[in-house]
Amino acid sequence: MDRLLNIVAGLSILLIGMVFFAIRRAHIRVEYSVSWLSAALVMLILSQWQWALLQFAQFLGVNNAPFALLLIILSLFVIVFFRFSVIISDLKDANIALTQKLAIIEYQLQHVQEKHPPTDPS
Amino acid sequence: MIRPTEPEALMILIPAYNEGGSIRRVVNEARKLVPGVPILVIDDCSMDDTRTEAMTAGADVISVPYHLGLGGCVQAGYRYAYDAGFHYVIRIDGDGQHDPKFIPVLFDKLRESRVQMVIGSRYLNGKVPATSFARGVGIWFFRQVLRLILDKEVHDPTSGFVGVSRQALEVFARSFPLEYPEIEALVVLQRRQFRFQEVPVVMRPRMAGQSTITAVRSFYYVLHVLLGVVVNILKYEGKRRKV
Repeated sequence: MDRLLNIVAGLSILLIGMVFFAIRRAHIRVEYSVSWLSAALVMLILSQWQWALLQFAQFLGVNNAPFALLLIILSLFVIVFFRFSVIISDLKDANIALTQKLAIIEYQLQHVQEKHPPTDPS
Repeated sequence: MIRPTEPEALMILIPAYNEGGSIRRVVNEARKLVPGVPILVIDDCSMDDTRTEAMTAGADVISVPYHLGLGGCVQAGYRYAYDAGFHYVIRIDGDGQHDPKFIPVLFDKLRESRVQMVIGSRYLNGKVPATSFARGVGIWFFRQVLRLILDKEVHDPTSGFVGVSRQALEVFARSFPLEYPEIEALVVLQRRQFRFQEVPVVMRPRMAGQSTITAVRSFYYVLHVLLGVVVNILKYEGKRRKV
């Protein structure tokens, strides 16, 4: 059990490191890194604080603490993925609306330019 | 730039993606059969000469900068028509399946009946059109689903030959299903307590190109549209951001 918990702790630290690195390189926005950091912290705490993990396992009615930990990790990731699906959907909606507006404005601009061709400043 | 020239003006909308082989004939036919009615082609980032062909035929063309899919493309046209002040929009496909000689039929029905949408139905003229087995099953299935939801028979729920009034335009300019929009659009209308009617039309074979709905995609189509219908029934519009 200890080995599994240590591996989870290692992965959590790796995830936190990756997230901080990505923030520093501006590959991820701070507001979107919070979900990953929260998930990694919960994983780290539960893997190193066995009493809390056992309480959780008991609460879930699971006899096997590592199984409870995996269940919690899975749930956390499902929540994070769902949150990102919502964000992506919002972005796609905005992207489509912007694309449509851009295409319409481009069409209108072409007609304005045809009517009033730009004059040569020289 | 097309603008309405009369109070209850009509615009013809043709969404097109890689319809270079047929779009010129479709536009020419429409111009001949309904002269004076502005025609707007929305080129969905085609890889062929759709844009040039449509412009050569005398249509106005809005080109979207990346491929939006049918729904996004149609919505761009609805958005333009609504903002420009058109009162009615009739949509026909760029592949030539929708015979423009039926445009006046749809237009008259829209004006006379005062419904918000008129659908050109290939199943109301007494002839059974040739469709693939998968499509036939899909149409039958959605007829049953829509009968339950709308409490009304829709003979041709997948028809893209539709006319909408300004009230429906206002709704669709803001919110329109992205993929396979026809069936979901009916549910959107029903939620607004808008009305629709069907008129008999004859549909022709495609002039060029191939349908994007293959046998495998038919299955995806049914699942996607069914889910879309359920989502549209459950959708809460109140808090949606206005883009």
